[in-house]
Amino acid sequence: MNGLDAAITQYIDPYYLRIMILLGINIILALGLNLITGVTGQLSMGHAGFMSIGAYTSAILSMQFGFSYLMALLAGAAVAAFFGFLIGIPTLRLEGDYLAMVTIGFAEIIRVFFLNFEPGGKAVGLSGIPQHTNFITVWLIALLIIALNTRLLKSRMGRAFYAIRENEIAAASTGIDTTRLKILAFTAGSFLGGLGGGLYSHYMYYINPQDFGFMKSIELLNMVILGGMGSIPGTILGSFILTLAPEMLRIVAEYRLLFYGALLVILMIFRPNGILGDVRIYDLKKRWGRKEVKTCQS
Amino acid sequence: MPVLTLEGISQEFGGLRALDGVNMVVEEGEIFGIIGPNGAGKTTLFNIITGIYVPSEGDLIFKERRINRMATHNIARLGIGRTFQNIRLFNKLSVLDNVRVGSHGISRSGFFKSLLGLPSMLREEKEIKSRAEELLELVGLYDKKMEYADNLAYGEQRRLEIARALALKPSLLLLDEPAAGMNSGEKVELMKFIEQIRQEMKLTILLVEHDMSLVMTICERIAVLDYGRKIAEGPPEEIKNDERVIQSYLGVGA
Amino acid sequence: MFWEQLLNGLTLGSTYALIALGYTMVYGIVQLINFAHGEIYMFGAFAGLILVSFFGFNLIAAMLAAMLFCMLLGILVERIAYRPLRGKSSRLSALISAIGVSIFLSTLMALMAGTNTHRYPEVIAHQSYHLGSLDLSLMQILILAVSALLMIGLQFMVQKTRIGKAMRACSQDLDASYLMGINVNRVISFTFAVGSALAAAGGVMVGVYYNAVWPYMGMMAGLKAFAAAVMGGIGSIPGAMIGGLSLGIMEIMGVAYLSSSYKDAIAFGMLILVLLIRPQGLMGQKISKKV
Repeated sequence: MNGLDAAITQYIDPYYLRIMILLGINIILALGLNLITGVTGQLSMGHAGFMSIGAYTSAILSMQFGFSYLMALLAGAAVAAFFGFLIGIPTLRLEGDYLAMVTIGFAEIIRVFFLNFEPGGKAVGLSGIPQHTNFITVWLIALLIIALNTRLLKSRMGRAFYAIRENEIAAASTGIDTTRLKILAFTAGSFLGGLGGGLYSHYMYYINPQDFGFMKSIELLNMVILGGMGSIPGTILGSFILTLAPEMLRIVAEYRLLFYGALLVILMIFRPNGILGDVRIYDLKKRWGRKEVKTCQS
Repeated sequence: MPVLTLEGISQEFGGLRALDGVNMVVEEGEIFGIIGPNGAGKTTLFNIITGIYVPSEGDLIFKERRINRMATHNIARLGIGRTFQNIRLFNKLSVLDNVRVGSHGISRSGFFKSLLGLPSMLREEKEIKSRAEELLELVGLYDKKMEYADNLAYGEQRRLEIARALALKPSLLLLDEPAAGMNSGEKVELMKFIEQIRQEMKLTILLVEHDMSLVMTICERIAVLDYGRKIAEGPPEEIKNDERVIQSYLGVGA
Repeated sequence: MFWEQLLNGLTLGSTYALIALGYTMVYGIVQLINFAHGEIYMFGAFAGLILVSFFGFNLIAAMLAAMLFCMLLGILVERIAYRPLRGKSSRLSALISAIGVSIFLSTLMALMAGTNTHRYPEVIAHQSYHLGSLDLSLMQILILAVSALLMIGLQFMVQKTRIGKAMRACSQDLDASYLMGINVNRVISFTFAVGSALAAAGGVMVGVYYNAVWPYMGMMAGLKAFAAAVMGGIGSIPGAMIGGLSLGIMEIMGVAYLSSSYKDAIAFGMLILVLLIRPQGLMGQKISKKV
């Protein structure tokens, strides 16, 4: 596998390689948030907080405690999941935008915590993290996560998550323990947030609390909503567009963020449900597959 | 044998007494109707039975078990299915998925089983799907199983809600104004349908309805609520002739 | 010491309250977290700065002009970025649109004014008054007085005037208000205008008080003000006032008696605590589930 990676590094331009690696990480992060916000409908605006927990935990474990790469990643994700579980508990009582505010507050507290956290280098950040993450590891994990996510969302549990988003009272009256499932969505989503964070820190070599600020959370939320709430292809597309957009917009140099902001507004005006929000594979098949068959109207 | 017993159920909302000491016994296999003017507390009663509200006073017994403080999902799992007066479907899910979610309470594949796709989970998925399709066949929505629920016509949405409630394999089914917005032809069909599912699925049915002719035709017993109190109970013939009912509800013309 | 800190907290808190009012009024009517609101506040601070520095306005005149400018900006933002989405999309797409506007506006200002911190020239005398052992600066008095005046004015407008009545009707039920013949679009524009004007007043006063204006000042202030609105019970006007004041006081007290490096964490920590105890916020009404 190392040979394969060496080959990839040799033949692909480092600039594109970097974008592809970051895309893989963003997909993992966004799929985690998609589970919480897109699928279960619990607006979270603090996903970068979980990412930073995973990033710092795994980095410190592999630098100072000699954890192997995989173990460090899993431990980082597990710690993030634990905090996701804790944050999931207020969902017992809070609704809608109150919950959003708690997630913002939580992520800010985490950021301030790392700004004052001695082993993490405080505001200076943490450098010298081993660069274990490469194209192969990121995309192997990303594909695995996509596959597991797809399976989950097509299962009984996945349908229950969607049902909570659509109508909580009706969901409860079909026997869904809405409280437990909301906490579960938070826990699983944060696990992926922590995993993405670990991959990120082991790729970047250097991390700093400002990498995981409010704007990062918002960027991840944009990926989920832009692509289409709750849709896996939509989330992947959203990650793709928003990972590439800043790169493409490099030609406009300092006007980059200006265009980025305008792009968000324009996309929402023309595709209010997200780019793939109301597109289903089933409908596409029907539209293209049955062209010659004249079905009579029932 | 009584399926559902209400003993002195009262419900207060900030000083307003929505229900006042309601007693009621629903026997196994019967179709029991609750009627009353708007605001009489009919829907509140349903919300108490399904655990959405906790009653301020009184006891709620389902098959010899007190369910007063039980959570909504646990009550559903005991086998109480319901529909809603203001339709509550999962709008952005397909018709088929709406019914599949309906069987959540009687299926068990959990999070990790779903992730791993174990054989037992796949088997259960098959069962859930085939049963959902049967139910859609029964309510005449099979051809629309891939439509989004909110693209259905109003009457179809009502039928989909019933199919979803039946997916829970309930022994007690609560129908909240099932005939609302239907024309007389549809109402006749609905009555036949209710009778049919009761027999085929051995259901006990409790229904709230405004349409008098429907209630009088299919219910074996009827309770009348007015301002949160039960003012009468009995078979349709008796209710029709009850002085207090005529005064407070059926009005002069009835 | 304590009273001094309380005074500082009240001063900071009343600026939070001014911004929080804009969040809460807009939220009350269209259920949108207007993320661009912090940027309106920042634009207000800059507008005041330009008028004072280059056009020789005095502080009050500059503040009034900045309020007017931000009213127009607020109306414009609503027209371009929110109205086209209304009714045909989920609340979340409107939220993303608001985030887009926020990024756009702060970048625009950074391009025009650079990312450095700008300072107001001396527009108000460095004078302070003694109230017992308490030192009260002229600027503090001004902030407290102007905020109180604006809030009383707002309360009067909402409770007593025709447009205020229309606003209250819209916050109860937008569709029903439309059916009753209220020009809903006009009410929404008006709400954005009023909220933006209050934020601009806050921006100018904060700019002078802390002697710092920069293009990204809107983000943290916006987050804190949103936190204040939520803490008070979002949608409630008195809630935003009380939420803003309490958040300001808690933050200053936290810095004074706990730790200054945890400043931002303290404010958000208190917010989470309040919400855990009172999920509907301090002044919010408990919404019972409608079935």
